[in-house]
Amino acid sequence: MTSNAPVAPVKDLDGDGRSEPVRPRKLTKAEKRAIDTKNRLSSPWASAIAIVIALLWTVPTFGLFVTSWRPPADIRTSGWWTFFGDPEVTTENYVEVFTGGSTDFASAFINTVVITLPAVIIPITLALLAAYAFAWMEFRGRNILFVAVFALQIVPIQVTLIPLLTQYNNWGLVGSFWPVWISHTIFALPLAIFLLHNFMMDIPRTLIEAARVDGAGHVKIFFQVLLPLLVPAIAAFGIFQFLWVWNDLLVGLVFGSGPDVSPLTVRLADLTGTRGTAWHLLSSGAFVAMVVPVTVFLLLQRYFVRGLLAGGVKG
Amino acid sequence: MRLESGNAPDIAYVPQPGLIERIANDFPDQITEVGEQAQSNIDEYYNEAWRGYGTVDDTLYGAPLGANAKSFVWYSPAAFEENGYEIPETWDDLMALSDQIVSDHPDVKPWCAGIESGGATGWPATDWVEDVMLRTAGPEAYDQWVEHEIPFDDPQVVEAVDTVGEILRNPDYVNGGLGEVQSIATTPFGEAGLPILDGSCYLHRQASFYQANWPEDVTVAEDGDVFAFFLPGQSAEDRPVLGAGEFTVALADRPEVAALQAYLTSPEWSNEKAKVSGPGWVSANSELDPANLESPIDQLAYELLTDEDATFRFDASDLMPAAVGAGTFWTEMTDWIASGKDTQEALSAIESSWPAE
Amino acid sequence: MDYLLGADSSTQKLVVMVVAILLFVGVMALVLFVAELPKMPRWATVVFFLGPALLLIAFGLVYPAINTVLSSFKSPNLQEWVGTDNYVEVFTNPSMRRVLLNTLLWVLLVPTVSTAIGLVYAVLVDRTRFEKLAKTLVFLPMAISMVGASIIWKFVYDFKPASRPQTGLANQFLVWLGLDTQQFLLNWPWNTLFLIAVMVWIQAGFAMTVLSASIKAIPDDIIEAAKLDGASNFRMFRSVTVPSIRPALVVVLTTVAMATLKVFDIVYSMTGGNFGTSIVANEFYIQTFRTAQRGVGATLAVLLFVMVVPIVVYNVRQMKLSEEQR
Repeated sequence: MTSNAPVAPVKDLDGDGRSEPVRPRKLTKAEKRAIDTKNRLSSPWASAIAIVIALLWTVPTFGLFVTSWRPPADIRTSGWWTFFGDPEVTTENYVEVFTGGSTDFASAFINTVVITLPAVIIPITLALLAAYAFAWMEFRGRNILFVAVFALQIVPIQVTLIPLLTQYNNWGLVGSFWPVWISHTIFALPLAIFLLHNFMMDIPRTLIEAARVDGAGHVKIFFQVLLPLLVPAIAAFGIFQFLWVWNDLLVGLVFGSGPDVSPLTVRLADLTGTRGTAWHLLSSGAFVAMVVPVTVFLLLQRYFVRGLLAGGVKG
Repeated sequence: MRLESGNAPDIAYVPQPGLIERIANDFPDQITEVGEQAQSNIDEYYNEAWRGYGTVDDTLYGAPLGANAKSFVWYSPAAFEENGYEIPETWDDLMALSDQIVSDHPDVKPWCAGIESGGATGWPATDWVEDVMLRTAGPEAYDQWVEHEIPFDDPQVVEAVDTVGEILRNPDYVNGGLGEVQSIATTPFGEAGLPILDGSCYLHRQASFYQANWPEDVTVAEDGDVFAFFLPGQSAEDRPVLGAGEFTVALADRPEVAALQAYLTSPEWSNEKAKVSGPGWVSANSELDPANLESPIDQLAYELLTDEDATFRFDASDLMPAAVGAGTFWTEMTDWIASGKDTQEALSAIESSWPAE
Repeated sequence: MDYLLGADSSTQKLVVMVVAILLFVGVMALVLFVAELPKMPRWATVVFFLGPALLLIAFGLVYPAINTVLSSFKSPNLQEWVGTDNYVEVFTNPSMRRVLLNTLLWVLLVPTVSTAIGLVYAVLVDRTRFEKLAKTLVFLPMAISMVGASIIWKFVYDFKPASRPQTGLANQFLVWLGLDTQQFLLNWPWNTLFLIAVMVWIQAGFAMTVLSASIKAIPDDIIEAAKLDGASNFRMFRSVTVPSIRPALVVVLTTVAMATLKVFDIVYSMTGGNFGTSIVANEFYIQTFRTAQRGVGATLAVLLFVMVVPIVVYNVRQMKLSEEQR
């Protein structure tokens, strides 16, 4: 349940301070602040605190990484930091993660990809349309409906499992990817609508009204005026939805039944779950599962920050 | 859960008799009585107790499949030989052996235990209680306890739990190589027996399936690195066996489903399955050829399961309502170890959580 | 259409995926085309934009939610009505009260602590040479699944007696300092605080990224003015930085609080809810799926809804405020 609520629209901002090409004015601003920062960091306490936080946030993960390369017996009997005194590396753990178990690794990987892409695209599209309606269309009950959607974020996924599964079964969808896609879409919608709505509200009203005066309908305004401005916000939410779907176990476990559909996380749980103490598999498995989301995040980090700032275009 | 959504398989593998009862009560239209062929197989090849566990309200729904025996104490044959320790024949012998170890080896503790198991933390402690209950109170009281004919905090249960406490809550006896008494609560059950390997612990009570938790280079055999002996009863003749197993339940009334269920109860299938599965799979089918069981501990478990003189009883927590058997029984026993909760208080808390009939 | 339901080879699966996306895009295009037809009444356009999303939400969230509220007044197997018995049980049973108290601790501490750490860190590394790297390091836990995080922290909290080699980093530090090793997850309330630390560890990166973005956007003139007044660094932080990013702070606190109420994986995989560490989301899972007390489970889910009400109300007020400013 990594569902985190991403991409908060940040209000009262003027724009990106970092990822745009540096213009003269920005340069002075940056310079000035760099000087401030130097002053600030010249305080040894401040640097010490920053370093301590950075270490606390990195060392545990690093420890797992080291652990994943150690032989099972060593993992159980000594701490990962002793590795550096007496390095003994094994690739066995990873080999077993890739080749062990009843299902084939490559196929689980493909399943995850096949699950993830539509489960990112579909909810964002639907949420964009709904958010547009909430932001720029006048109709009765709009506010109440919007608050209701916002509040529905808290419905625990677990209470929805049985009713949903019953319906999927009635419709004969069980065993295919459809239940997984539809479920991920449903669970993502409230948050997506809420956040995209906030972004849309921050687009200057004058832009929309100008388009309306020109005789553009809602669909045209949506595609020609709003969509281009929202690209960073969409990218930012897309990254979060991606991380959430990729790391999800519960939905995959319940709706992705059968080896033809079940994703990587289910496979890893399967591999390690039957024997509670297979730490060598748990650690290497966790790393295998981590690689793609972390890489994607690192590559797209720029868009993510830009998306956060996009919300700051204030009307 | 698949059943609740109407997406049931034809045959379900059910690891707990309690679940058979729940299915029978909640889905009376789907659950199907075990067919004739399978019934006669069960009568012929299985101890009659198994029939009872698959029966709900006089109808046999669950056909036995696999089984395991839990009344085992793991030990190191080499360490026993070195110290001249004998395998205890009675409960008193076992306690005497524990004291002997304490006096011979003041630096180590005789017993090691661990009941951590993620969301299921506590079950190894309930197995302890059940095993001891069978020994101190006897099988009849055990059955009454399971059926809730005597309350959960009956004096006989209190006595059993306190007997367990003489080992698990005795700081002189536990927790070999793992810490204080409290560390039992946080030690993963799979790691709890490992101190036997380096001599920081001598005894570890755990089921036959614990063999899967030893590192790969450890030989499980009577003359190997580790092996297990039967957790003794009050006397050498008293041989109660605690075990568990899984059942098949037919959820469709079709001839081919009944035929499959019958096949799964046949000796042929058990023997084939034993050959294919390797260590860790045992069934209580009396025609299973022990030679097909690869690992010596499986053979020992099989002997116990089919021993006519042994009194077999199914794991009580699997028979009790889930609110107790997978709920308060686990959590209260965990608390009993972790915070030293009073026995009577813990058992009364379990008693009050027993669902109203 | 059969292959759309049962793909087995990898290529087939990828094809199914592409077809599904195209199908979806096609349907949406059609919906929008119809919505844009001239003479389409205004309400119909609204329906076309809002309909698909609301339909899914109604089917997948509203219906189960109503079901849950009803179930909370029923017996364990949902066969009969029991009035408010389940609520009485939840509020009177001492271990349930502990669960409620823990949940309160979680929902108060996780958002505030992770926001505080995120904010301090964002200010400290702002425009330093290592800013990018420093921020990536703290954000990384967000990309790790909760189960992965629990495994990571197992190797921090793991307990071994002081006399033996340690496998948990935290206890190793205690040994290095010459102290006795501790059972971090055993004694309440410390164990709950140590579990909360894991959630803070995951969430701080999110808070940091959002807050850092809004710090960078504080207009220069405000900072200049404050500096002319001779404000110290600390005063600057308190009276310029914090007020300027207040809206961002509200959003971060809200979203982290929502995520915290829902999370159950950490507790479930690290202590299983034992030793008095359970929280509502975890207890709900146990009661519903493990011990088959579905009435009580539903009651706990309803309590989750209820706990969110203050958060929703607060946000609605914020929304109204910003609406007025438009």
